[in-house]
Amino acid sequence: MKRLIAGAALALMGLTGAAGADEYPERPIMMMVSYGAGGATDFQARIVTMTSGNEDALGMPIAIINKPGAGGRVGWNWFATQADADGYTLAAYNVPHFIAQSIKGGVQYSTDSFEPIANWGADPAVFVVGADSPFNSMEDVVAYAKENPGKLTVSGAGLFVGHHIAALQIDQASGTKMAYIPTKGGGAAAMKAVIAGEVMGGINNLSDAFRAQEAGNVKILGVADLERSAFLPDVPTMKEQGLDVDNSSVNFRGVMVPKGTPPEVIEKLAATVPEMFANTRVSKKMEAGGSPMHIMTRDEVIEMWAQRQQTLNELLAGL
Amino acid sequence: MEFIYYFGDVFSPLSFLLLLGGTVGGLILGATPGLSPTMAVALLIPFTFQLEAVQGLILLGAAYTSTVAGGAVSAILLKIPGAPANIATTLDGHTMAKQGQGARALQLSFLASAVGGIFGVLLLIFLTPVLAKWALAFGPSHLFWLAILGVTVIGTLDSSSVVKGLLSGCIGLWLATIGFDDIMGAQRFIFHPALGGGINIIAALIGLFAIPQVLTMFAKGRRNVGAEVIEVQRHSILAAVRELFSRTRALSIGTLIGSIIGLIPGVGGQIAGLVAYDQTKKFSSEKDKFGTGHSEGVIAAEAANNAMVGPSLVPLLTLSIPGSPTAAVLLGGLLIHGIFPGSDLFDNHPDVAWTFINSMLIGQVLMCIFGLYVAGLAARVAQVPQSVMAAIVLSLSVFGAYSVQSSMGDVYVMACLGIGMFFLERFGFSAAPLVLGLILGPIAEANFIQGSMIADATDGRGAYFLTGGLNLFLIAVVLASIVYSVWMELRHRRYTTKEEAQA
Repeated sequence: MKRLIAGAALALMGLTGAAGADEYPERPIMMMVSYGAGGATDFQARIVTMTSGNEDALGMPIAIINKPGAGGRVGWNWFATQADADGYTLAAYNVPHFIAQSIKGGVQYSTDSFEPIANWGADPAVFVVGADSPFNSMEDVVAYAKENPGKLTVSGAGLFVGHHIAALQIDQASGTKMAYIPTKGGGAAAMKAVIAGEVMGGINNLSDAFRAQEAGNVKILGVADLERSAFLPDVPTMKEQGLDVDNSSVNFRGVMVPKGTPPEVIEKLAATVPEMFANTRVSKKMEAGGSPMHIMTRDEVIEMWAQRQQTLNELLAGL
Repeated sequence: MEFIYYFGDVFSPLSFLLLLGGTVGGLILGATPGLSPTMAVALLIPFTFQLEAVQGLILLGAAYTSTVAGGAVSAILLKIPGAPANIATTLDGHTMAKQGQGARALQLSFLASAVGGIFGVLLLIFLTPVLAKWALAFGPSHLFWLAILGVTVIGTLDSSSVVKGLLSGCIGLWLATIGFDDIMGAQRFIFHPALGGGINIIAALIGLFAIPQVLTMFAKGRRNVGAEVIEVQRHSILAAVRELFSRTRALSIGTLIGSIIGLIPGVGGQIAGLVAYDQTKKFSSEKDKFGTGHSEGVIAAEAANNAMVGPSLVPLLTLSIPGSPTAAVLLGGLLIHGIFPGSDLFDNHPDVAWTFINSMLIGQVLMCIFGLYVAGLAARVAQVPQSVMAAIVLSLSVFGAYSVQSSMGDVYVMACLGIGMFFLERFGFSAAPLVLGLILGPIAEANFIQGSMIADATDGRGAYFLTGGLNLFLIAVVLASIVYSVWMELRHRRYTTKEEAQA
């Protein structure tokens, strides 16, 4: 009997030994998206992982699992506390969302709970107004906000998401205070409020705002990023319009694994995943959907996370 | 009339095959507990990567229409509403199935779905520009009053007494507050990590409707095996068609309410069936029969939830704003092919737009034919012995609750709510008002807070919530609904006391 157990133990050790970095991955991989099916993050995650089964990528398909709820907190809580750190459980991150949430508290994760792998997209926040609005530039908006403190209603997708951060930065840069109205139901509900005239302006995703402008429903007055967007070459950045707003509110999307994942697995993923994002089939689909791509390697993401942590700590300290 | 020109595209071999596959697959997915229309459509999106835009959308459109109708199958046969849209169908539908009339209930539900669905799509075809303005007219204050209107029907919905109905409605409203509040950022009643995202509505539906039933079946034990085998009556399709058109009131109220409510972004699908059921009951000459297996209840609920499909796409197709979760998923399906909904869609890709809409029209007919074909067979589920049935429903419930977001937390929530509901039912409370509270709570609350924030920054809460034509109209309807309920309750009491005195 003892021999049998010893034999089984040896066999098991042999098995685990064989499943080292060379063999990884030997079965399909799961990627958790902490927003609902059909949302922008889910939609992009499905596109950027569609080639993972190719020989030159991971050689194994990635299946998307949705765990939506509480603005992403449910999924990330699960990922930080319950996900297996074996390289077969990945998750999509949204910065600044999860960092801002960890600063405000009430969640079980922080940047230290996760290991970034690579970044695939960057969706800047933009300031939109209805097509028939009297505002034609950020200058008009700030002037109105200065004359009527607290009266300029601005919609956004929720609290402590990129939209909210952008609103706080505009407030800070212009020395005004806008009435930020978070909506339940994400960016689409916030955009509807702008188009229907329920609010005077709104902060929304560049990709969604671009579509709405194409349809003739809104005007885009400014981009909260360091450079103009290729989708909107005519729209100036906030900085160009005299507002000191950097790219802290840009919604970065990428892939991460839980802390404790074997280093050789992280290495392999960090080497392969950015290549996979760079596939032309992926970029074509992403461009068709109006989703801006921005591929960053693991080291670049680590640096970006640290920067965000610092800026958000300062920005949210007063709230 | 442009749409007729594109009908040919729907019937090209590959397109029609996809349409057929989407419809049949959608019915099966819809009948599976826990797989809501939104999830079914989301599951199909990756398949459309390989298809042309038109074909991909045909698949998605067909799946959307038939999953909504397919939800009725599990609602009627197993008393598990597949989605919030099917709650009202369980009230009379499942009672009919228990009486051996499952075939009749299913036939009526598919026929009513097809009539409602076709009307809804026709509205989408002919009135889209007008309807788009109407969809935008509903701001936070109007949605708040609309949710309050929903609250006023809680008391009269499927309960032995108004007080018990209101009490279970209140429990539902309380349950709705659990979780992170998106607008104020507060954490409420999160005493277990499974509750972080609030109570998932699908898991709650399965728990509240299916679990008490399973427990009742188990509680009976083996005592009366054989004594309760239900004789499943055959029912001819022709008779079902005839019955449907003799119930024109239920059919037209269901269709109209479904179409109107379906338009309103963010509210539509969830409450269309319940509101239609309640209104049909109020206008019916046979009020007392509702809840005891009355066909009007099934017709109204199913006509409404399929009528809502067409109009719910209006905000998406014209303004590029998804008005419902399923519409958001469809938006993804469009974007992946580089098509932006909005004026671009109808101007530059009319073939895509109209073929998609046409496929929904044909899909309704196919769904109806296939549904009628399987109705007779499916109804035999009622003959399964109760002990076996209880085990099957229980495993389907666990599977359904888990599959919503692959989380055991939802299974715990389902089990707790189910066991709680089992005891509440013993005291004469019922699940429908509780669920309505759970659905309406967040709508009323979020819109009130949002409205107040806007009002505080602009012209004050009083003016914001209490002035304006649409607000006043909705307030008037709310008051009328309350007065009517009170009046009916008083009249009912007088009658019952008289009868009791005579007896």
